[in-house]
Amino acid sequence: MKKNRNRTEILLIGGSAGSIGVLLNMLPHLDKTLSFPVVIVLHRKAGNENTLNTLLEAYSSLPVIEAYDKLAMYPGCVYLAPADYHLLFEDKEQIIIDLSEKINYSRPSIDVTFRSAAHIFRENTTALLLSGANNDGVEGMLSVARYGGIVLLQDPDTAEVSYMPRQALLNVKADEILKPGNMARFFNQLNTKNGDEQQQNNTRI
Amino acid sequence: MLEPDIVKDTEMEILLKDISSIYGYDFTQYSRASLKRRLNRICVIDKFTGFAELRYKLINDASYLPRFVEEITVNVTEMFRDPHFYKALRMHILPVLGTYPFIRIWIAGCATGEEAYSLAILLKEAGLYDKSLIYATDINSGALEKASKGIFPAAPMKQYAENYILSGGNEDFSSYYVSQYDWVRFHAELNTKIIFSTHNLVSDSSFNEFQLILCRNVLIYFNKELQNRVFRLFDESLQSLGYLALGTKETILFANLDHKYRQCKDEKIWKKIMHESL
Repeated sequence: MKKNRNRTEILLIGGSAGSIGVLLNMLPHLDKTLSFPVVIVLHRKAGNENTLNTLLEAYSSLPVIEAYDKLAMYPGCVYLAPADYHLLFEDKEQIIIDLSEKINYSRPSIDVTFRSAAHIFRENTTALLLSGANNDGVEGMLSVARYGGIVLLQDPDTAEVSYMPRQALLNVKADEILKPGNMARFFNQLNTKNGDEQQQNNTRI
Repeated sequence: MLEPDIVKDTEMEILLKDISSIYGYDFTQYSRASLKRRLNRICVIDKFTGFAELRYKLINDASYLPRFVEEITVNVTEMFRDPHFYKALRMHILPVLGTYPFIRIWIAGCATGEEAYSLAILLKEAGLYDKSLIYATDINSGALEKASKGIFPAAPMKQYAENYILSGGNEDFSSYYVSQYDWVRFHAELNTKIIFSTHNLVSDSSFNEFQLILCRNVLIYFNKELQNRVFRLFDESLQSLGYLALGTKETILFANLDHKYRQCKDEKIWKKIMHESL
């Protein structure tokens, strides 16, 4: 891996049209003891409150929580941006939400969350952009790159809708292009809690 | 488009201190992540090249302050947002309020008034409007001026009508307003019982006692200390067995008051069940 100085403190995943299948493929295979929280921002229609949360939770090896105001984040948990709010980081532990204007016709906007994370977590940010039909995410990825974080893209050839990762590819230097089947393994390698420790934790549980 | 990075963290702190000491508007307990985006945004829309220029304008031109307050606060709101919430008001809360001879409601942080008109429609349909008074307050006098006119952009009306039906409304939503080109004007009778007035949740105190307080998607902009102040203010302003309604992603669980309140079903509505003095 390219960046030795990156010690992932937050994993961001942004997606739009065609990204849910990728998540359902990846979430079951994440280490149960990830050393960082995972924050997912998906474009979706307001309403139908908890269905997406319930769906992801059913597949995920980690707990999935729909974010709310002033929520404290913990490593090894997955947080989902709520429909019709932007998700930001007040500090390394605290999520805040906001109802300001849509960005790129989107709320939540991937750019808003990724930019905010890059401010707070700097080079320790890792961000992945998935399938989608919209320009959202490119600015956010640029922010992550500017602070020296890890920039990851879904291989556009594997994306149901390749516009979003292709736009990012044109504008940002990606550290890795990942196929859906390789994503979980890549993230598990960023985990700083080593396997022995995991083993012990598992037997203790 | 995403706002550029113009104002630095340290500069933001300087600016907030200036505004507080010169004008008495205290934004120092607002959530920093949101506030910073608003500051960068105002630099873009009012064409400030940088922090120094923005600061100079603010310090030296008092007439710019209302504009600044209007843009630094978020005034995004809609009618019947979260229809299930309005349905709960309609079905569970208004029938209880109807047992009082006189109903006083406070909408704290009403922005441009969409919630106040939604509530006026609910009260009308429940036959309670004539014995009700809605106090709709906001820090932002420009927004209140718009609110009191009852004129709104026509574009979102289709969405509002859908929300209205989902909230249990049986009337033709368009019967509540007349259309004029790109705008609609709500019937004047809908705001005869609404009092629009400025009130700053950061610094102003309680001004009446209410049976229902709505403060939805306002506290998300405040840090926890300020939230706790505002919760105490609401507690002082809520009569026993009154209701406090928050946004769908807000909670009173972080406040030190949650033992005095009981949540109503799955909604973000809490009933005050205990008085401090008892």
